[in-house]
Amino acid sequence: MAATTSMVTSLTFTIPSLGLRLPTRSYPCLKPQRRLVRKAASNVITATYELKAPPYPLNALEPHMSRETLAYHWGKHHRTYVENLNKQVVGTDLEGLSLEDIIIVTYNKGDILPAFNNAAQAWNHDFFWESMKPGGGGKPSGDLLDLIERDFGSFERFIEEFKAAAATQFGSGWAWLAYKANRLDVENAVNPWPSEKDKELVIVKSPNAVNPLVWDYFPLLTIDVWEHAYYLDFQNRRPDYISVFMEKLVSWETVNTRLEKAKARAAEREMEEERRRKEEEEGKPTNEEEDDDDLEMYVDNDNDDSEAE
Amino acid sequence: MALRSSVTRRTLTLGLNSTRLLPLSRSLQTFSLPDLPYDYGALEPAISGEIMQLHHQKHHQTYITNYNKALEQLHEAIQKGDSSTVVKLQSAIKFNGGGHVNHSIFWKNLAPIREGGGEPPKASLGWAIDTHFGSLESLIQKMNTEGAALQGSGWVWLGVNKELKKLVIETTPNQDPLVTKGPHLVPLLGIDVWEHAYYLQYKNVRPDYLKNIWKVINWKYASEVYEKECA
Repeated sequence: MAATTSMVTSLTFTIPSLGLRLPTRSYPCLKPQRRLVRKAASNVITATYELKAPPYPLNALEPHMSRETLAYHWGKHHRTYVENLNKQVVGTDLEGLSLEDIIIVTYNKGDILPAFNNAAQAWNHDFFWESMKPGGGGKPSGDLLDLIERDFGSFERFIEEFKAAAATQFGSGWAWLAYKANRLDVENAVNPWPSEKDKELVIVKSPNAVNPLVWDYFPLLTIDVWEHAYYLDFQNRRPDYISVFMEKLVSWETVNTRLEKAKARAAEREMEEERRRKEEEEGKPTNEEEDDDDLEMYVDNDNDDSEAE
Repeated sequence: MALRSSVTRRTLTLGLNSTRLLPLSRSLQTFSLPDLPYDYGALEPAISGEIMQLHHQKHHQTYITNYNKALEQLHEAIQKGDSSTVVKLQSAIKFNGGGHVNHSIFWKNLAPIREGGGEPPKASLGWAIDTHFGSLESLIQKMNTEGAALQGSGWVWLGVNKELKKLVIETTPNQDPLVTKGPHLVPLLGIDVWEHAYYLQYKNVRPDYLKNIWKVINWKYASEVYEKECA
């Protein structure tokens, strides 16, 4: 089944049992974390999702984010999401899908299915660790800075808005910087931004496990605002945690890399759309003759009664 | 349909809570942090003093502060007939007002062991629990299962449907009060499963928090509420 490969060349694939056609995409941070395991005495390949370590030692973000926090946040919370996901997926139709595809399928346009929380949280946390680095913070440069200034007015205004989103996500959740390059026919239950913001940077916040993949956005940066992300270091002082994250932890290099991939993917999609549109307009040459034959037959048999055969 | 308030200087005193005078309007009731009927450390080792202090002085206080702010803005918007703002404020009122309502109940749901915390319910509530759930242990197990399974932030409740006189177990997300699950539901006992309620002590092991909190649950209060609704 094509679904077992993570590098998908076709644009859509079908999950026969669910009758769904999905656009497949590889995301900027997609890392093949799956281990393909051949079950004994069977030709079925199963995949399990692995807990990937952050790209730095657990104490590397001190004093801004303590080793203790990383030990619990990654070593317990993130690990549990991955373990529980594996248990939920094994022996089901979801087995063998990439993490991103499980997220889209189980989001189910807002009517979420049981594996969504674990799948999305596994993805979100990978994305979160990679969004930070020791000695992070400061200011981005180049294209990324230009886009930020274009879409938010200034870098300072962007920071303000991002911090406000993170501070006002009530309860558990996440705040995101994302690249929005939507088409109009996005089939998702909730799409927070109107379509005039296409091909722009946007800030969004999401509750619990939800992430912008379900709205067909390209995530670029995230901050985890579940209390477990900051309680050991900051207790109730979420705004302080957010400030420290922006000033000392954000890896703008990673955000930049993600933006380049997002733009490339958006361009690819556009070209594919164009090609398909052209094909539809021009029609397919091999079918034309058949159509003519059918037309003639229809005219000849106009007055005959149709007979059921 | 603009709502115009008449130009009067009537003021109303509203009982226990402090009132503030606003010109050309009724005075607006503001809320303040209720005192805990026990010391911060009195619920140890079930819930640490550090958690109790942060939970009460920081989290609950913040809900109250923001609730008062939202109410003041609501008051203004109603007077101006600004319906968009009235509607826009509803989520802030639900979050923060709900936070105040829920935590006010929560402090009464807890008691130090030497003051009856953990003592099983007797009389009518005890019988109702046995009838409806089979036993207290069964109720506790159900509530713990629901509480542990709750994704994100929220509460797990034992409530009574005052119309049907039936006990119910419900969960609510974020700070939604129990009444959002049914207009006839009255909370008897709520357990806060937001991470701030247990993280410093129990970290990610919410089930341990849920197991231990029953040692300091104040069934006397729950019984009083139950008897009032089902007398």
